[in-house]
Formats: sequence, structure tokens, C-alpha cells
Amino acid sequence: MPNPVSPIPNPGSRRIDRRFAALKAASRTGLIPFVTAGDPSPEHMVTLMHALVEGGADLIELGVPFSDPMADGLVIQHASERAIAKGVGIGEVLGWVAAFRQRDAQTPIVLMGYLNPVEIHGYARFAQEAVQAGVDGVLLVDCPLEEAAVLQPLRDAGLQQILLAAPTTAPQRMVRLCEAAEGFLYYVSFAGITGAGQLSTHDIAGRVADVRAQAKVPVAVGFGIRDAQSAKEIAAFADAVVIGSALVARLAEATGPDDIAGRAKDFLQPIRAALDAH
Amino acid sequence: MPTIDDFHAWPDEHGRFGNYGGSYVAETLMAPLAELTEAYLRLRKDPEFIAELDRDLKYYVGRPSPIYHAERLSQHVGGARILLKREDLNHTGAHKINNTVGQALVAKRMGKPRIIAETGAGQHGVASATVAARLGLKCVVYMGAVDIERQKMNVYRMKLLGAEVVPVTSGSKTLKDALNEAMRDWVTNVADTFYMIGTVAGPHPYPLMVRDFNAIVGREARAQMLQDYGRLPDALTACVGGGSNAIGLFHEFLNDRDVRIVGAEAAGDGIETGHHAASLAAGRPGVLHGNRTYVLCDDNGQITETHSVSAGLDYPGVGPEHSFLKDAGRAEYVGVTDDEALQAFHLLARTEGILAALESSHAVAQAIKLAREYPKDGLILCNLSGRGDKDVHTIAAREGVEV
Repeated sequence: MPNPVSPIPNPGSRRIDRRFAALKAASRTGLIPFVTAGDPSPEHMVTLMHALVEGGADLIELGVPFSDPMADGLVIQHASERAIAKGVGIGEVLGWVAAFRQRDAQTPIVLMGYLNPVEIHGYARFAQEAVQAGVDGVLLVDCPLEEAAVLQPLRDAGLQQILLAAPTTAPQRMVRLCEAAEGFLYYVSFAGITGAGQLSTHDIAGRVADVRAQAKVPVAVGFGIRDAQSAKEIAAFADAVVIGSALVARLAEATGPDDIAGRAKDFLQPIRAALDAH
Repeated sequence: MPTIDDFHAWPDEHGRFGNYGGSYVAETLMAPLAELTEAYLRLRKDPEFIAELDRDLKYYVGRPSPIYHAERLSQHVGGARILLKREDLNHTGAHKINNTVGQALVAKRMGKPRIIAETGAGQHGVASATVAARLGLKCVVYMGAVDIERQKMNVYRMKLLGAEVVPVTSGSKTLKDALNEAMRDWVTNVADTFYMIGTVAGPHPYPLMVRDFNAIVGREARAQMLQDYGRLPDALTACVGGGSNAIGLFHEFLNDRDVRIVGAEAAGDGIETGHHAASLAAGRPGVLHGNRTYVLCDDNGQITETHSVSAGLDYPGVGPEHSFLKDAGRAEYVGVTDDEALQAFHLLARTEGILAALESSHAVAQAIKLAREYPKDGLILCNLSGRGDKDVHTIAAREGVEV
């Protein structure tokens, strides 16, 4: 057995907090790309992760594929199905994070996915392996605050649990979410699934402002952001923007490491520029 | 697991049955689930609601359903007496209507004009389309493309009733994927939509609510047994996919510790082949579709594709109350293969003149096995949860007959 996890947060574990502090000091809006781990190519996953950083990513959300992604639209469903067909599981995902950390000790990594793969892997085992690999946080879509007791071993190991807030979240509940949030709070811009098209910047500006006023942590906004224009609009009132489906769709057809890296950078750079011009 | 004093005291206020159940859903659904829980916990104690539900069950569904002594089948088997709770005689031909009539009344009182549902064999879809038509509600049914192919008649029935049937082509294209897609619809249309889940799975309060609406089966059966036979049965059996007809029969008897309870899961080609849907007999605890329960999945936590000749049992999870009953040792869960179910189907047809649904045929096969274990004066009560008209084409195709 490897060494037991230290009771104090491991040296890398507050990477998320440090990254947001640096963004704030520089008056920049964070850019958080989401990619499905293992798609389009397990062999070139680490190359893709580095390309995301070169393209301007401040934090990487790595989707752990799951067979029944209830909150995801077709683009991420299909990416998950492709990755699962290639045998991608938590072990592979953690291996890529560890390999990425050989060259990048700074960019925070959040694993995003569903509870069952973590439950089956074992919470304590997952916590230990994830911290050793260099993971900073987890966002488990189907594990709301009420059920989060099962994630205690992850918190004990120093992994931050990223919570979601939504337009349907009631005011009293929002208070509790804001109090419990670690790392950053992920605000879901509309009631729907990932990749859907009904983003209304006007509607959410006020709501995100309210959440930011309450939350002790930064607020990232995701769902429906697909390009420089929509990212820039959201950046007017958010600490960070999350872009998933549009990027995953762009990568889906890529062939070979250069194409994958090129597409990732070509996709992110205009968004990065738009955010920095803000 | 601690000893359970009162099985009727579950779930707790968080929707947990011991380690199982709960609300494992995305944040967006927490508010509509809270709204539904609040409404349902109020309505289940509301005398006007209960009276309206009782009227619908009597005059629309046709309750109570009889308990029928399958005498020639029992003689043929040569063991205990086999008794059938005739849920196949309900309006629309299965127990599913007990639940949809109830949920429709909840939807109406919550002011939701649009109903969505998932369906496997199509029985719950038909039952949902039926109550939606009766109340003038819009109805959208999600159904796996594979199931649409093997249950064409039920698809057409739903359309005749005015429902829109949406084929689901993701994943394994069966019931679990239909449930995912219905959840995606609900998360997108939370304001005006009522999600009518067809089994005792899903997030809280569904396992509680769907069980309550089906528990009429066991309440009637227990009273009928005492009246007609002067005692409770020695054993109960029912088929278990998601487990709604089974929990419907079992629940009233859970504190009658002398009554043996056996759930029949779909063993498909045999559990040892891997081609089955026996989540309790061969699965492990996990999280699927909003609750912790036994699931069929691989070591990466990916839900595995299931197989059963009956679309209604072709599900890789199971209602959390069944997981709780298994761990507590209160109920046994065993596998019945496709072949055993088909043999039971034919035997029941020829000895009793009853065409059972393929799902229910699993329960009949288990009842036959149980009857052999008990003396001639023993009583085995089997839930005949649905009729087999919908399966005639499947059986003919499997046996090489052109209809």
C-alpha cells in the first residue's frame, strides 16, 4: 500500500483557490474547458490536456465517462459512449492526470461525472488515488449536498467538492449551497441538459450577481456557452466560464495528436482573447 | 444490518430505506422533487384525495381484483395450492394502472398540464397515456428503440390514446435509456411537466409514492386471504424488474414474518451466462437513476446491458426497497430463466385458459417451484401482474410461428 493520505491538505490540493486568487488579482475571468476523458483518443489525452492549457485554460474539467449520463445532451452522451467503448475508466483517467502533472503542477483539475463509477471504485480508494494523481476537486452531478456524506473520504483526503447551483434552486437552499461550497460554485445557466441552446444572458445576470454576493467562493457559469461571444457576455458577471459540449463536438472528429491539440487551441484562443479584452 | 421492527416505517424522511434510496439527482431537479414530495406527503393523508383515488380504482380500474385458485395448474404441479392475484383483469391489462391513476390525481392537483413517462414493455406507457387522455393532459412517452420494435402493439395503443411516443436511441436503447431521456426532458421542462415514473425506483419520493399506489394489491390480497381461506398464504411471489407489482403485493405482508416472500428476477439465458437482468441476485450496490440500490455494472461502474425475453423486466437496477428487504433477509430474490417463464406461460394457458404477460410468467414459474416445496394444503399466492396479449407476437417469433 502507498503511504496513507496526510491529514493536512496535500501541497497541491488548494490549487483551485490559488488559481482563482491569481485571476482575481489580475482582474481576469477564468476559462474552464470540459473534455470527456478518453475522447477523441485515449492515446493522446495528455497531449489534449496540455493543449487546453496552451489555449488559455485556467482549470480543466475532465469528464469521467458514465454509461447513463442523465444530465448530459447528445454530444457528451456520445463522447462518453465512445470512451467507454475504448475501455476508459477511473484508472485510465487518473493515469492521464498523473502523466499531465509531470509537466504541469499548476493547472487545477476537477473530475466531473456521476457517482456510480466512484462508488464502485470505492470512496476511500478513489480519494487516495485521485490525490496521488494530482486531482484537485470533484463535481459529481448526481450527488447533491443532501447525499454528500458519502464523499467524506474525498474531503478528508483534500479533494474539494464542487457544488452545482441552478435557476430552480430555492433561496434558502442557495444559502446552504453558498455556505458549503468549496473551490468554486458551478452555476448552471438554465434548467436543461448540457449542450442545449437556450442560454439567456439577460435572465441570468441578476441571479448570478445574487449568488456571487452570497458565496464565499468564486462562481463559474456553465451550460449553453459555446463561443467567444457568449463567453464574453457571461464574463461580464461571472468569475469563470465553463465550455463543454461545443469543445467536445469540435474535438470529436479529430485525428492524431497534432489535429487534436490544434483544434483545442484554435477553439479556446479566441475565447481567451475575448475574455481578456473584457 | 440491524433488526427491523416495523417494515412499514420506511423510508425515512430523506427517502432512505436503510442504505438504499435517497435523492441522487442533479441540482436542477432538487426543487421539483421537493415540490412533489411536499405535495404528495400532504395528499396521501388528505381524505378527499383518498376518496377520489378509491372511486377511480373501483369504477375506472375495476378493483378489487379477485384471487383465483388455479386448481388445474395446482393439480398438474402436484404440490401446494397456487392462487393468482388477478391484476391482469385491471383496465389496460396490468397493475401499472394502479400507479398512474394515483399519480395523475397528484399531477392534476399540482396543476401540471403535461405528463412524461418512460416505458419498457409499454404497459406503463399505455397506463400513462390512458390516464392522461382521461384527464385531458398532454402525454409524452419515452421508449427505447429496441423495445419499440418488440412491443409494436403497445406503441400503437399509446398513439391511439393520443400520446406521443419518442424513440430513444442512446445507450442500450431499452428501459434504462428511456428513463435517462425522460429525466432529461423533466430537467428541461420542470415548470409545467409531471414525471410519471412507472416503477418503485427513481429519486425520493417515487419509490414511496409508486409503492403506496400499488400497495392496494397487497391490502386487498391480505383481506381476501383471511376471508376466503381463513389464513395468510405460506408464500408470496411476484416478478421483479423495477419491482412495482412485487412491492405492491409484498408490502402489506412485510410484518407478517411467517409469510415467506420470494421475488422472481429475470435470469434470461441463465445468470451464469451473463445474459440476464437479475440485479438483486447477481448485482451489487450502486447508484442509478436517482437512488442507491443493487445494480448490474462492471468494475468501472458502467451499467451493463441486460437481457430478458420480457421487456418489462429488462432493467439493470431495482427499486431500493427491494434492496433493503434483501439485505434485511425479509425477502428472497431468485432468478427465473426465459425458458422457464415460457414453459410457465404455456402451462398456465393450457391448464387455466389464462395468457399471462411474459413478465408475470416469471412469477408463475416461481409459484410452480414453490408449490412443489409445500404440502397439498399449502397456499402460494402469485401476483399475476399483467395479461399476455401484448406478447403474442414475441412468443410466436421465438417459437418460429408466423402470425
